Amino acid sequence: MKPFAYTRAETVEAAIAAEGALLAGGTNLLDLMKIGVAAPDRLVDISRLPLAGIEEVAGGLRIGAMARNADIARHPAVLARFPALAEALLSGASPQLRNAATAGGNVMQATRCSYFQDPASSCNRREPGSGCSAIGGQTRNHAVLGWTEGCIATHPSDMCVALAAYDAVVMIEGPGGRREAAMESFHPLPDAAGAGPAPLSPGEVITDIRLPDPGGMARNARYVKLRERTSFAFAIVSAAAALDLRDGRIAAARLALGGVAARPWRCRVAEQALVGQPATTESFARAAELAVQGARPSGDNAAKIELARRIAIRALSLAADGTPDRLAALPASVFAGENNG
Amino acid sequence: MTQTLQLKINGSDLRLDLDDPRATLLDVLRERLGLTGTKKGCDRGQCGACTVLIDGRRVNACLALALSHDGAQITTIEGLARGEDLHPVQAAFIADDGFQCGFCTPGQIMSAVALIAEAEAGLDPERIREGMSGNLCRCAAYAGITEAVLDATRALALEEERAA
Ligand SMILES: Cc1cc2nc3c(=O)[nH]c(=O)nc-3n(C[C@H](O)[C@H](O)[C@H](O)COP(=O)(O)OP(=O)(O)OC[C@H]3O[C@@H](n4cnc5c(N)ncnc54)[C@H](O)[C@@H]3O)c2cc1C
Ligand code: SF4
Ligand code: FES
Ligand code: FES
Repeated sequence: MKPFAYTRAETVEAAIAAEGALLAGGTNLLDLMKIGVAAPDRLVDISRLPLAGIEEVAGGLRIGAMARNADIARHPAVLARFPALAEALLSGASPQLRNAATAGGNVMQATRCSYFQDPASSCNRREPGSGCSAIGGQTRNHAVLGWTEGCIATHPSDMCVALAAYDAVVMIEGPGGRREAAMESFHPLPDAAGAGPAPLSPGEVITDIRLPDPGGMARNARYVKLRERTSFAFAIVSAAAALDLRDGRIAAARLALGGVAARPWRCRVAEQALVGQPATTESFARAAELAVQGARPSGDNAAKIELARRIAIRALSLAADGTPDRLAALPASVFAGENNG
Repeated sequence: MTQTLQLKINGSDLRLDLDDPRATLLDVLRERLGLTGTKKGCDRGQCGACTVLIDGRRVNACLALALSHDGAQITTIEGLARGEDLHPVQAAFIADDGFQCGFCTPGQIMSAVALIAEAEAGLDPERIREGMSGNLCRCAAYAGITEAVLDATRALALEEERAA
């Protein structure tokens, strides 16, 4: 690991002014520093900023950027009103990592593209203009939506997929003042030359994430994640779904896919098509078809399109069944049986 | 620039000078303090061998920058036994064959101590397995580990009842 200077920021203003790589839980940044992908000269420790709160505001929620993933997943308001967020968080990483990982760090975590992680490979995201070794390589965790020849990486977060479905907004403070960005478009898609612009400008800090009132969707929301083993693995594909059901008909729907693009993939066309429809497998199948519209393999990964379609149907069907009172023993697993939700 | 680090490790207050901020908590425990019970498996958050408690919460010491945890209370496997008596989780791992080579065991035990304190898995083997999924075991002693956590959960509940 390259040597660096370490400072601690006690205020958001100090963090903005410090001009260094921000260290929150460190579970992604330190990892990247160990393998030589990140090599900051200065590390600015923001883990003690007073931004760890989780508060209910007007039916919605405000999650501080420093709130730990485990604490968000355990929060009573999250479990009661945003259960797909709890399920997404609990399906990610391990209990130890979730105790350290913060909300802001989770949003900003880097892709798990193995060529990005290997400094010997060409990677436009790591080194603009160098090319993309993933093309023609192992593309199991690469994109099938919104990709370009410049970069075919996916964003690996589970949390962000649920947040996008819940219409979350990322609150940002920087040298130029405050701004906000919708979770569903916070992460830029790649352009022809590479990964596209950075989601944050130098000096910008995520302060918190806001979720509006889920209204009638609170208890019809699920997250489903397909992975190579049932626990402690990143998604191959995943889906967050929420429904507002009135007498068996869908008054409003939310659907977002994970593991398929450089951002959580919100499926607005599919959502609109569900409005007014009965909550049946046929409706969900039509919506899932729309959700993967335009998808194309970025390599030897065409199977992900079919998997995404099926996982969307599964998430919508489980959402229609209602969120179980207690989260399944195996969060977001397709193997969670009838007896445990 | 030398920076000082204060930690309370297994009940003892320590002050250390760090002349390189790159040290992880795992490196400090093993290289500076000789507390080699905490193991380095992957050094990348993927195996759980380095699990310790920071202010009572289980974390991977390999991805914890030491300086970031200045002022924290750390519990390692060395701090678990009560004098000459093993901690109930340690005893259960022995009774239930919760290991073979033993390399993952300190991490497994620290993780199990935290899992039981979190009180979310109860006596449901599926929830215990899920709750222990951050700790890999190359010897695949998983069946024994689950039994050990179940037994330790019961033993600790009994202890609590008696104390009440
Ligand atoms: C073995 C392993 C398995 C994992 N499995 C999963 C999984 O299945 N699903 C999943 O979703 N994730 C998974 N993760 C990723 C994990 O969720 C992230 O590492 C974690 O959320 C990052 O949070 P952190 O606080 O530790 O971030 P850090 O490592 O501290 O920071 C990560 C990045 O975010 C930036 N940053 C942090 N906070 C802010 C802020 N407030 N404002 C602006 N920038 C900020 C940092 O500068 C850095 O670039 C896994 C990680 C590991 C190591
Ligand atoms: S897919 Fe993107 S992140 Fe991966 S090697 Fe290509 S440019 Fe880099
Ligand atoms: S050594 Fe820390 S998780 Fe493997
Ligand atoms: S006992 Fe050998 S690795 Fe677990």
